[in-house]
Amino acid sequence: MSQLAQPSTAAFLALSLDSEEILPLFENAGSWQERYRQIMLLGKKLPKLDEEFRVEQAQVRGCESNAWLYHNEIEGKHYFIADSDARIVKGLIALLLTACNGKSSDEIAAFNSDVYFDRLGLTGQLSPSRTNGLLAVLKAIKTSV
Amino acid sequence: MDHANLRAQFPTLEQTLDGYPLCYLDTAATSQKPKQVIEAMSSYYHKDNANVHRAAHQLSSRATTHYEAVRDQLKSFIKAQRREEIIFTHGTTESINMVAYGLTHKIKSGDMILIDTAAHHANIVPWQELAKRTGAVIKPIPLTEDCRLDIQAYDKLLEEKPAIVALCHVSNALGTQNPVDSLIAKAKAVGAITLIDGAQAIAHLDVDMQKINCDFYVFSGHKMYGPTGVGVLYGRFELLDTLTPMMTGGEMIKTVSFDSTEYNILPNRLEAGTPPIAEVIGLGEALSFLLSLPTAETAQREKELLNYLQQQLKNLGDITLYGAHEDNIGAVAFNLTGEHHQDVGILLDQQGIAVRCGHHCAMPLMQSLGIKGCCRASIGVYSNKEDIDRFIEALKSVKDMLLD
Repeated sequence: MSQLAQPSTAAFLALSLDSEEILPLFENAGSWQERYRQIMLLGKKLPKLDEEFRVEQAQVRGCESNAWLYHNEIEGKHYFIADSDARIVKGLIALLLTACNGKSSDEIAAFNSDVYFDRLGLTGQLSPSRTNGLLAVLKAIKTSV
Repeated sequence: MDHANLRAQFPTLEQTLDGYPLCYLDTAATSQKPKQVIEAMSSYYHKDNANVHRAAHQLSSRATTHYEAVRDQLKSFIKAQRREEIIFTHGTTESINMVAYGLTHKIKSGDMILIDTAAHHANIVPWQELAKRTGAVIKPIPLTEDCRLDIQAYDKLLEEKPAIVALCHVSNALGTQNPVDSLIAKAKAVGAITLIDGAQAIAHLDVDMQKINCDFYVFSGHKMYGPTGVGVLYGRFELLDTLTPMMTGGEMIKTVSFDSTEYNILPNRLEAGTPPIAEVIGLGEALSFLLSLPTAETAQREKELLNYLQQQLKNLGDITLYGAHEDNIGAVAFNLTGEHHQDVGILLDQQGIAVRCGHHCAMPLMQSLGIKGCCRASIGVYSNKEDIDRFIEALKSVKDMLLD
């Protein structure tokens, strides 16, 4: 992806997804409806990717909805910007970014999405293996570092 | 037959998903199978498993008799004139490919192939490939604003004397129905070879080859309560007999030497290799099942159910329907206004509701509608009002969550 026009370094660093803040919302959700509500609210925290960056080369293949992913390595840490035109997928991507943003290559390589989604109470319907496209985004994150 | 008893013949429908009873509204993608189809296939493998047409032993003889009996069943089911007009394929897609390939020698550079804008990819891509091989030109027949085939535009295109006209009987994405009898008559009047994709019609409508009078009609077993992996290519004998076989080898030959090969006669000429024997036998059972239903009553019931589904969707509000007409067959296409179809699909699935969400393998149609995709709810003989009510309730909750 390096030859692509990239969002600015500042844009990569601006994305703040504090896992300490976010994860309890899922862990404490009492029903699937509440978990989905949190997923969609979280999706809203990801800024909308400008039209100029919604290009084919940045598109993650294998998604039923459109999803775009940008990666940048800043001082040995990995940062991502992503967007999707479907809300739930966007929220799920935000969950992945929460786990991976600002992490080292080793940390991202060691990231186990099954354990992560299980902890969030999303093992059934929304685990990456059942959600069309999420697995593709995870793979794109893992291969870009 | 009591409808609850009919529904009870479909074992897949008796399950729960994530604690919700399954509400299956994806019959247009594939229908569920009645017990008798599943049991017939299992019985073939338990007792009769042997290759057809070849061996001298009893199992092969039983398998062959059963396999060929299904050809006769199909002949009478679609009112073909000869049993040789029924070719077993592995589905609609293969059937269309066989026709498009087999006609190569009849098409020359500059010939026109008319295709339906509402067609799914299987009734587009094989024609594009034929056009690439021959220099023919593809032209789509436009749709009217209400998503029906534009008859005026069609008549106009026919003046250019197309070599081939390929239509769908019922659109897979929208459920809209083409008046195939009159469309085919007009195409034949200008000398076109005609093909109809009947995949979405065969389980719902009375399909009569003598009435429709097309050259080719194709459909799949799995959308008519039969198994996957089997389909039918019907062809008018004289034309079918001129198709170049797409597949060669196996039992499509009469004699082979290293100098030359003489092909077998129809239908074997177009059935190279070992056919899907268990699947053909399952398809025969699916036909028996369909024939056991009171046809007119079943059609009326499906029509009322589909109209009820269309009406309930309209009543829900914030719903965009695509080409929803009273005479549609089996399916309704919609979007929750302003929302992505995948979000709707995920939230419905969470509640045990199975619908299709996406481009329905009809990307040109989606482009003509100006959308990326949509949701489609589709029904079958086992569907009931409770399915629709549950679906609408679930969609109401999806609407509350997404439009929150």
